[in-house]
Amino acid sequence: MNTFSEVLRQYYLTCPDRVSVVLMQSKVPDEPITYGALVRGAAGYAQALARADVRPGEVVIVILQHGSDLIYAFWGAVLQGAVPSIMPFLTEKLAPERYRQDLAALIQTTHPAALITYPEFLPEVHRAMTSASTAADEAPRILVCTDVQPAEPDFEALGGLHRTGNDIVLLQHSSGTTGLQKGVALSHRAVFNQLEYYSAALHLSPQDVIVSWLPLYHDMGLIASFVMPLLRQVMLVLMSPFDWVRAPARLMQAISHYGGTLTWLPNFAYNFCAQKTREHDLDGVCLDSLRAVVNCSEPTYHSSQQAFLQRFGRLGLRAGALTTCYAMAENVFAVTQAGIDAPVTLDEVDQRALLVDRIATPVTGEGTARSDAMKMLSAGRPLPNVQVRVLEALPDGAYQDLPERHVGEIAIHSDCMLTGYYNRPDLTEKAFYQGWYLTGDLGYLAAGEVYVTGRRKDLIIVGGKNIYPQDLERLASEVPGVHPGRVVAFGVMNDAAGTEEVVMVVEVDVEDEDERLRIGDAIRQHVTRGSDVALRHVYIVDARWLLKTSSGKTARLANRDKYLAEMAQNAT
Amino acid sequence: MTTDITSSLAQYIAAQILQQPKRKIASDAPLISSGLIDSFHLVDLSLFVEKQFGVLLDDSELNKDTFDTLAQLAQLIRERQS
Repeated sequence: MNTFSEVLRQYYLTCPDRVSVVLMQSKVPDEPITYGALVRGAAGYAQALARADVRPGEVVIVILQHGSDLIYAFWGAVLQGAVPSIMPFLTEKLAPERYRQDLAALIQTTHPAALITYPEFLPEVHRAMTSASTAADEAPRILVCTDVQPAEPDFEALGGLHRTGNDIVLLQHSSGTTGLQKGVALSHRAVFNQLEYYSAALHLSPQDVIVSWLPLYHDMGLIASFVMPLLRQVMLVLMSPFDWVRAPARLMQAISHYGGTLTWLPNFAYNFCAQKTREHDLDGVCLDSLRAVVNCSEPTYHSSQQAFLQRFGRLGLRAGALTTCYAMAENVFAVTQAGIDAPVTLDEVDQRALLVDRIATPVTGEGTARSDAMKMLSAGRPLPNVQVRVLEALPDGAYQDLPERHVGEIAIHSDCMLTGYYNRPDLTEKAFYQGWYLTGDLGYLAAGEVYVTGRRKDLIIVGGKNIYPQDLERLASEVPGVHPGRVVAFGVMNDAAGTEEVVMVVEVDVEDEDERLRIGDAIRQHVTRGSDVALRHVYIVDARWLLKTSSGKTARLANRDKYLAEMAQNAT
Repeated sequence: MTTDITSSLAQYIAAQILQQPKRKIASDAPLISSGLIDSFHLVDLSLFVEKQFGVLLDDSELNKDTFDTLAQLAQLIRERQS
């Protein structure tokens, strides 16, 4: 089978009563959705899209919250042969006008044929469309989910069954102004290639049960914890990220109740679950069904995995179930996977050599634990269809391979790469070097395994979510008393949380302490409302504190080092 | 009584959540809708309330419609204590 729709049709015909998804929602009983119900729900959306004259190959933006409509709308667009893109829903802390701007930007980049949303959200969508200033004849059609009813599928009429493997099947965006410009366009073939090799690496079978709280607008949620189980006939238990973050015990309860075997978590979630789960919410919970908890989508830490094991080991969680993965949307999902056939390799390396010489030198000898050793978790071997190189940039713009254990930029090549950033050939071209995708991640190779050590680009990853510092800096500069070019944002690791947190350093001209506090608060509020990112610290400083490069740009990493040095000094 | 609850909550939020121990938080200042407390810290706040005041906040109550200010949260705690 070459397309998603062919797979759905087959399941509809051969196993309509098999449960594909169990939908969990706060305050209501869990809702099992069979393949029959899934295809009928999706067919209703496909027919509604066809009636709205949405043609195969056109983009459909889905703006719905966790629930059956989101699932049906996504697969409905697929059945119609259209290209779904899930846009995060407006949250209570994000300012509506900022959300509107993001949506307008998304409309302008992707030229969607349709948007699917709630009736009560229509005013927002109309305002965004007005500011996207698309020509009237190009304006996307708006579908309201309450108008759509499940329908019997007429497979011959469905556009999705006339697509080919090379056609684009979905778009996936990172959040924020910068991320929304990079819609990762994936073909049916790329996704199938990924699923074939990734499923094999995981030994995935229809006996597995995947439990997830991850949002579907993120690759780990969309691919590993949504598309893969549905296309591979693995039952998925899906809860809302908003419910999980308020009650992390729900994840453990669901694993216990449904016999979950696999779950994917960003690193921070290990700390979050370990620290913020109430003991009495774990009564009767048993986790011995879990065969892999996959740590993925932000830097992985041994300490986070250990904290998780310490908290949940007595509930039956096995140490061997703790696994790691290195993944990115541009490769559909997984590049590597560790911990399935053998425990995850822990590489103890000399800290100074890693940070200064950029070489991962194993700590050996004496047999005693060295305090300056860094415990690097392996991300595992590349999937058989993915090749990984570690490259060093040369002054002439070319790249060369680095020897084993030398830290450089990770580049990948596979048969499951993105088709391109949608409508942005310029960005696509910049991302590749001689056919190799430059990930922007730093790492090294040792004994065939990949270790990720950091990032070359100054992207911040908070709780698995990619955040571009320039977006936050632009927002902060809009606050009265703050000037563009005099503010810098960067990530600082919080060991207790197991993830990075965002710090902003801001130069101001006023010296009055109360006024400075007021500006700091205003920045905090404006940035959060504008980006959905909470700031850990807004550090207000005098003029000329910030370090600039020769071109006048702020040097984020240098300023981060200066900030950390000052904090360390203040603490003593 | 409510003042004690308010000041204890204010201290916790300033020191533990915002990590600005000297910061003053007005009892009518919006906490959730303003983004001061993000969703990742709401569960911390509910664990603190449970431990400190013996009052259980259901996870479905951790939103700005149930409480958005110190005064509203203190009021909720007091109602449940009595």
